[in-house]
Amino acid sequence: MYKILKKRTLGPSIREYVVEAPDVAQVGKAGEFIVLRLHERGERIPLTIVECDPETGGVTLVVQEVGKSTREMGDHFHEGDSILDFAGPLGTASEIENYGTVICIGGGLGIAPLYPIARDLKKVGNEVIGIIGARNKELMFYEDRMDAVCDELIVMSDDGSHGTKGFVSDPLKEILESGRAIARVWAIGPAIMMKVCVEVTRPFEVPTTVSLNSIMIDGTGMCGGCRVEVDGVAKFACVDGPEFDGHQVDFDLLMSRQGYYHEEETCSMDKYVAKHAEGVER
Amino acid sequence: MHVPPSMHESDTGKRIAVIGAGPAGLTVAGEMRRRGHAVTIFELLHVAGGVLMYGIPEFRLPKAIVQREIGALCEMGVNIEVNMVIGRTHTVQELLDGDYDAVFIGTGAGLPRFLGVPGESLNGVFSANEFLTRINLMKAYLFPEYDTPIKVGERVVTVGGGNVAMDSSRTALRLGARESVIVYRRSEAELPARGEEVHHAKEEGIQFQLLTNPIEFIGENGNLKAIRCIKMELGELDDSGRRRPVPIEGTEFEIEATTVVIAVGNGPHPLIPQTTPHLDLNRWGSIVADPETGLTSIRSVYAGGDIVTGAATVIEAMGAGKRAAQAMHAFLT
Repeated sequence: MYKILKKRTLGPSIREYVVEAPDVAQVGKAGEFIVLRLHERGERIPLTIVECDPETGGVTLVVQEVGKSTREMGDHFHEGDSILDFAGPLGTASEIENYGTVICIGGGLGIAPLYPIARDLKKVGNEVIGIIGARNKELMFYEDRMDAVCDELIVMSDDGSHGTKGFVSDPLKEILESGRAIARVWAIGPAIMMKVCVEVTRPFEVPTTVSLNSIMIDGTGMCGGCRVEVDGVAKFACVDGPEFDGHQVDFDLLMSRQGYYHEEETCSMDKYVAKHAEGVER
Repeated sequence: MHVPPSMHESDTGKRIAVIGAGPAGLTVAGEMRRRGHAVTIFELLHVAGGVLMYGIPEFRLPKAIVQREIGALCEMGVNIEVNMVIGRTHTVQELLDGDYDAVFIGTGAGLPRFLGVPGESLNGVFSANEFLTRINLMKAYLFPEYDTPIKVGERVVTVGGGNVAMDSSRTALRLGARESVIVYRRSEAELPARGEEVHHAKEEGIQFQLLTNPIEFIGENGNLKAIRCIKMELGELDDSGRRRPVPIEGTEFEIEATTVVIAVGNGPHPLIPQTTPHLDLNRWGSIVADPETGLTSIRSVYAGGDIVTGAATVIEAMGAGKRAAQAMHAFLT
């Protein structure tokens, strides 16, 4: 069992958890993920590591309540409660080097896994330009944390309720067009956002790393459910990734595979909501 | 690398780390504990049992039996740490540098092979590992009571002719498929599955489309719709001593399918081989180990089961575990 040391709400249906998992906290790095299972009937949920604290043994995760399991986690798993299973770190860590000037783009929940990458890139000497975006002001989080590790931070919202109105790809394009030398870009967020960002950087030939959140079971290379096509070759996001060269990724295939269980996810959520319609702490 | 707090006392003063709680690892653990050593098994999944839990279906091996056997090991004092990803959470070297006198690697053949034909990433194409793991380990047959879903559809085609293919096709029937078809590239005589398994499959109404090989998966809106196949004939003997299947030109045809399960074998689970320097591997990525003792190229590190032999049987893995335990005991005492 893995105890929830801290839980706080970052926005509507977005929560940050610090889970006690000392073995993982000792070795977990930016770019890697863990798999957790809430209870005996639960599914295995992959979540990217935000932060590891070897001192307290805490592993920080940010969870957006998009489906039944994550909603259940938000509703019923509080500080002091325990999660049944927690395994990691899994996947390949981000390639942190001093590249020069880098742009780190986070869209929506993607800001969470982006933060440790920006932090570590800054630590090794890069000039870090951060671009973070959310649909609206309420859904924005970690602005302070990103601000602390970026040399410049550009904040966007789709509806203009916070920062500049527009998408994260807009300032990315402006910076690249300005002729400023950018050595590398990280873009993490919804598949469609990453797809747009890699199309912006492609003509400028700036290497662009994306982090893919495909559906997976074990997270260690055994099921192959997370396979994605990178440069026309099937790769497993769990062991070959989750980070890949964005210019080589087939995003349409990724999105198609992410949506495969849409019907089942809706059914599961409806059943959960019907059962917990009243008296659920939100 | 700390010793788990629940670690049972060692009568001999020796501590053994077993990586992987499958048939080979469980056997080593029991044999070594019986000889008085303290034993900890590290398992990356959330339950012990390996392929006995995620691979072999309930109708062939009730999970309650597996758990009873594992319970008996725990009662003997074997310590089992689940969710422990050796190679990532800790490495083999850390186990050796820490409190363990010997390590046994029994991490199995967990890496699913695909065919490498177009359309294989369409929705509805599963590796047998994924299909069976969703159902057996995650209990997708009880969805939505359990959270992990599976889609089966009307017509399931399983590619391959081994025991796993038989398990997959029979599981598909139990999950409501109206038709379950096995597509295999050689003839019935070459089916690698045990005769009994083929017999059961036929009894249950599994259709066999023999001397047939998929060449493309055809989709509609990202979802599988049909499989394009080609007829095969048997030619010259190949390395395995079986007649090589050769495609017959101009015999392409399509089979409709809602789901395809690829059951053409597994490669060695790559996690330990990739993260253990100085561990000798063969050209397939399997660990090189002495067939008599299981000793690897690293002193006090032993290996056995599918991670050494490539995908084989539970019985062979248990045999390798027994032999390795004997050798480890002799080495330690």
